[in-house]
Amino acid sequence: MSLAALIVAAMAPAVLADPAQEARARALDAEIRCVQCENEPIAQSTADIAVDMRRLVRERIAAGDSDAEIRDYFRQRYGDFVLFRPPVDSRTWLLWAAPALLAAFGLMALFGVRRAGAKPGELTPEESER
Amino acid sequence: MIAEIGAFAAALALVLSLAQGAMGLTASHRDSRAAATAAMAQAAAALCVLAFACLIAVFVQSDFSVAVVAANSHVDKPLMYKIAGAWGNHEGSMLLWCTVSALFGAILASTRGGQSLGLWSRSVGVQGLVTAGALIYTLFMSPPFARLDPAPMMGAGLNPLLQDPALVAHPPLLYLGYVGLSVPFSLAIAALIEGKADQAWARALRPWTLAAWTFLTVGIGVGSYWAYYELGWGGWWFWDPVENASFMPWLVAAALVHSAIVTERRGSLAGWTILLAIMGFGLAILGTFLVRSGVLTSVHAFAVDPTRGIAMLALLLIAMGAGFGLYAWRAPKLAQPSGFAAVSRESMLVWNNFGLAVAAGVVLIGTLYPLIVEAAGGGLISVGPPFFNSTVAPLIGVLFLLLPLGPMLTWRVGDMRAALLRLAPAAALAVATLLGALALSGWRVAPAIGLALGVWLIAGGLIYLWVRLQRGEGRFGAKLALLPLAVWSMSLAHVGAGVLTVGAIAETAFRSERAAEMAPGDGVDFAGWRVTLLDVVGAEGPNYSANRANFRIERRGAAFPLSAERRFYPTSPMPTTEVGIRSGLDGDLYLALGDAVRDRPGAWSVRLYHNPLVHLIFIGALMMAAGGVLSLIALARRRRMKL
Repeated sequence: MSLAALIVAAMAPAVLADPAQEARARALDAEIRCVQCENEPIAQSTADIAVDMRRLVRERIAAGDSDAEIRDYFRQRYGDFVLFRPPVDSRTWLLWAAPALLAAFGLMALFGVRRAGAKPGELTPEESER
Repeated sequence: MIAEIGAFAAALALVLSLAQGAMGLTASHRDSRAAATAAMAQAAAALCVLAFACLIAVFVQSDFSVAVVAANSHVDKPLMYKIAGAWGNHEGSMLLWCTVSALFGAILASTRGGQSLGLWSRSVGVQGLVTAGALIYTLFMSPPFARLDPAPMMGAGLNPLLQDPALVAHPPLLYLGYVGLSVPFSLAIAALIEGKADQAWARALRPWTLAAWTFLTVGIGVGSYWAYYELGWGGWWFWDPVENASFMPWLVAAALVHSAIVTERRGSLAGWTILLAIMGFGLAILGTFLVRSGVLTSVHAFAVDPTRGIAMLALLLIAMGAGFGLYAWRAPKLAQPSGFAAVSRESMLVWNNFGLAVAAGVVLIGTLYPLIVEAAGGGLISVGPPFFNSTVAPLIGVLFLLLPLGPMLTWRVGDMRAALLRLAPAAALAVATLLGALALSGWRVAPAIGLALGVWLIAGGLIYLWVRLQRGEGRFGAKLALLPLAVWSMSLAHVGAGVLTVGAIAETAFRSERAAEMAPGDGVDFAGWRVTLLDVVGAEGPNYSANRANFRIERRGAAFPLSAERRFYPTSPMPTTEVGIRSGLDGDLYLALGDAVRDRPGAWSVRLYHNPLVHLIFIGALMMAAGGVLSLIALARRRRMKL
């Protein structure tokens, strides 16, 4: 980060006056990774850099940036690593498609098994008790 | 001398477990060889216990000529943490892994139940090989009893974050769960070799999966509770890779607990149960690998010293290669399942397994994906809470939507209409919760759905209990006494899942926090409390010094003292926080002390949190675990009645 950006960030307020804007800032804080700590979002970290990054989020919001623009801003400065929500691109589409692919695979396996399965057997009286 | 006895005992245990493996796998129909297998399993377990006792002894003595003691202990540590130091490091925890595996092997060897001799002795044999594999890894890749010459005068101390009662219990509980999953694996391999997975086999499997799942539940719960009060900002689950490493086996174990019921009661799903047992153990080894190899920090950090990690991966590949290979070859020989209708208890349990298995798969992919991208040269990416919350949470939501239906349906062919009618009050309560939460939270849809699902589970579990009560005869007390333990355990676990859900959603979506700068005498109004800082004093602990802030907190005319600390350990550069927590029925007031404020002498930065209903998270986890324990007791009783 450039010196100028650091100075601007240091001047930005720690908490935005507008509750709606502050709520947006909190949500972004939880998605942006502290670049110095072990696997922590800046929302939780007490490291100095995280404090600066939280200020920077508020400064961008006050300047009128959208959430997507702020994510992009951080991504350009610190790389993809800084985003806990990985952007969809050629490397990560498989990750984002994984839940649907796994579910589809599971469903296919399920219906395959059901078709191959035998007919319902008879229950013993003891079994129908349960 | 003690260290050498330990090393020798562990080496002897390795030889015995190898022999246990060879004997058990070839025992076929000869009683004498099966008896010898059991004797060896017991001897190997005794030797492992001896070795681990030796390790604890050198930690208690602070014998710094033993490398792990020098690297992880200190004479100033309280006795409890000296003992816990034995498993608070890589080498010691691996020896614990071996010891638990050997102990479980011995228990498996002494509980044949109704299983055929072949199945039983082969499962004991496979368990012997599992123990042997772990012992080979421990003794050759991370020897716990290696000596230092010259011995240092003092040890390096334990990471102060870990000096905590919960962290004394957390690793052994998780290992009991991880290694507990090795027994279902051994039983599954034995079943594949024999080409037989009958109901007696499933009966032997169930207590092990239940025990492993219960240990994992308590272990994860304790770890989560520790994170909540120790890390100092009120979080309890972070989708951290280390947490995911224990959550994946938990999900698969939960699936296995349910599929084993189907296999035992109806003889169906045997192949799937075997597959789950193999995958569960695979994820348990993977979990150990992820946590122990350093691969999570970065692929590069792993590449600096890859020997240990690669050895563990090799063990994983051998176990999974053998498991899946045998499965592909032998599973078609297993008996054809007896079928069931699309609406039945079985089919609901299949949906349960579908949801849990897909969730485990998503967590697995999300956890490994950054490693894969980095290894493929795609640079560093992060996969964090936003990914898991938006993928795993909806899956679990669908699972929970179906959950209360399962117990209401009968085996083979169920009556959906009747089940829905009985659950109508629960559905009404859930819808009321949904609307109420929507209105009160300003149309926050996701948390409202979560709360409604939690209420649906709680009410559904209670209705099941009520329905089962109606089947009894006589007065209410008599009916209550006659209700089977299995009914109690199932209701308790399912209601617990609902309670946990309510707590998790309330805490995550509706917590409030505030940062304040306070000097003695300053007061802050926060979440219905009046919080006043009285003073900040220095305090001395056994091996740390601390700043202790004393607060007075008031609400509705009642005042309480509360203190929070910031501790400094001479052995560690980072201070730790000891938060002040005041629990009420509506949740916790949670105070964390920060640093002294630079430009305002006498003032301290304080973070205040209100975590609504957070205790329900841990109460819910305990209820689920209690359900597991009750179910184990029910299984043990039934076994005794049959014998």
